[in-house]
Amino acid sequence: MSARLPLVPAEAEQLRFRDPERARALAAGLERVTRAIGRSPGSPVSVMHVCGSHEQAIAKFGLRAVFPRELDVIMGPGCPVCITDLPEVDEAVALARQGVRIATYGDMLRVPGTMQSLADAQAEGARIEVVYSVAQAVDRARASSEELVFFATGFETTAVATAAALVADPPPNFSVLSAHKYIPPVMEIVAEMPQTRIEGFLAAGHAATITGWGIFEEFVERHRLPVVVAGFEPLDILAGLLKLVELIHDERAEVVNAFPRCVTKEGNLRAQELLWRVFRPTGGRWRGIAHVPNGNLRLREEWAERDARQRFAIQVEELWNYAPPALSQECICGDIMAGIAAPADCRLFGRECVPDSPVGACMVSSEGTCKIWHQYGGHPDLRVSPEPKGVGA
Amino acid sequence: MCLGVPGRVVHVDGALATVDFWGVRRQVRLDTVDQPVVPGDYVLNHVGFAIRRIPPEDIVETLALYEQLLQESAAEDMMRADVEAEIAAGDVPPVPG
Repeated sequence: MSARLPLVPAEAEQLRFRDPERARALAAGLERVTRAIGRSPGSPVSVMHVCGSHEQAIAKFGLRAVFPRELDVIMGPGCPVCITDLPEVDEAVALARQGVRIATYGDMLRVPGTMQSLADAQAEGARIEVVYSVAQAVDRARASSEELVFFATGFETTAVATAAALVADPPPNFSVLSAHKYIPPVMEIVAEMPQTRIEGFLAAGHAATITGWGIFEEFVERHRLPVVVAGFEPLDILAGLLKLVELIHDERAEVVNAFPRCVTKEGNLRAQELLWRVFRPTGGRWRGIAHVPNGNLRLREEWAERDARQRFAIQVEELWNYAPPALSQECICGDIMAGIAAPADCRLFGRECVPDSPVGACMVSSEGTCKIWHQYGGHPDLRVSPEPKGVGA
Repeated sequence: MCLGVPGRVVHVDGALATVDFWGVRRQVRLDTVDQPVVPGDYVLNHVGFAIRRIPPEDIVETLALYEQLLQESAAEDMMRADVEAEIAAGDVPPVPG
């Protein structure tokens, strides 16, 4: 047995739809409208989603098997762990090696830095603690007088929790090393990338729960690309995609909220207020996407004493006199995050790079495209006949 | 880490709520929710913070997806693991109830 999982036939997964009738109708609609756009499988309609949970649901329920051949649904930079660039991991590793206690989300532990991951540093004696919530990190800081740095990662949904924890007056030995990211600006970058030619975006429901769908109106205006906010259930995703190809077909650049049971136009105003009271957007490198203006969330000047970057002299230089191993130089995680390549294009995928011994960040995180494809059987491309069985009227 | 998880509020103490997730009780912070929350309400918990009060008419549909995930997925399934991690993100309440 090779380490690579066999491709899972998608039919078995499809049986788990709660409403197979509606799933068939949506898939048939998707097929009909996509065909009407008039593309060939060689130059498909390309749409992008930016959410690890969307990719999990697409892969878990075998949705790609019911997508028309002329439609390419690409996962973009939707994994906050994956787009966290080496220098940010290095800052956390350097602090840990300097003897500072670090708390972070479990997904960050094995993300490779230039020389080491946090797990590597931990194996050499650094104190790294995994928490599920920033609130648990605050509790641990409160239990002793020792300095504790929360290495904070995730998109705006998770950044809101970090902001709330800081506003709630944590103990004085608690500080934050923020690697939080903000999704809307990266959509602007990806929309302009010539290699991908994205024609529409499926926006993530829960991030939009915070920001509201109204935030995409300016984007749509600037780029003349439609955006559909979609939920995470297979039917939500199919319905969202159907709406998106309809907008592409009709050449209507609009925002449509296909997840009204969770998302409003204004979003969660209290959460937004907390977010911007504590954080300011600043430009920074995202792995694979290059520089993203306003894509990183850093603590505002008023929170300087809570900012680990201000509080400690972080000695990252020693990590940078190090040549990364040859294997990691072959990793194409960056291209996968940009939507230019798929995991199957990587020579390492499922061979040298597996969840138990990941080479790149995309195989580490449960929101990473490579780990998702590896767990759920890669890209179950069952679209061999023009009219897949079980789909259609 | 992105999905969030719905739970039923059983007790509110200032900015802290005790929330029941299919029999598992955890404390969830309410600082980040933009509507008043009272016992009996359902909230969507993300990393230990409620980010939304779920409107009553949407509760049944919202719970159904999660129940399917928890009941029908293998123990090592990623989406199920995400949901379980979101439940674990709450603090254990000092006194149950």
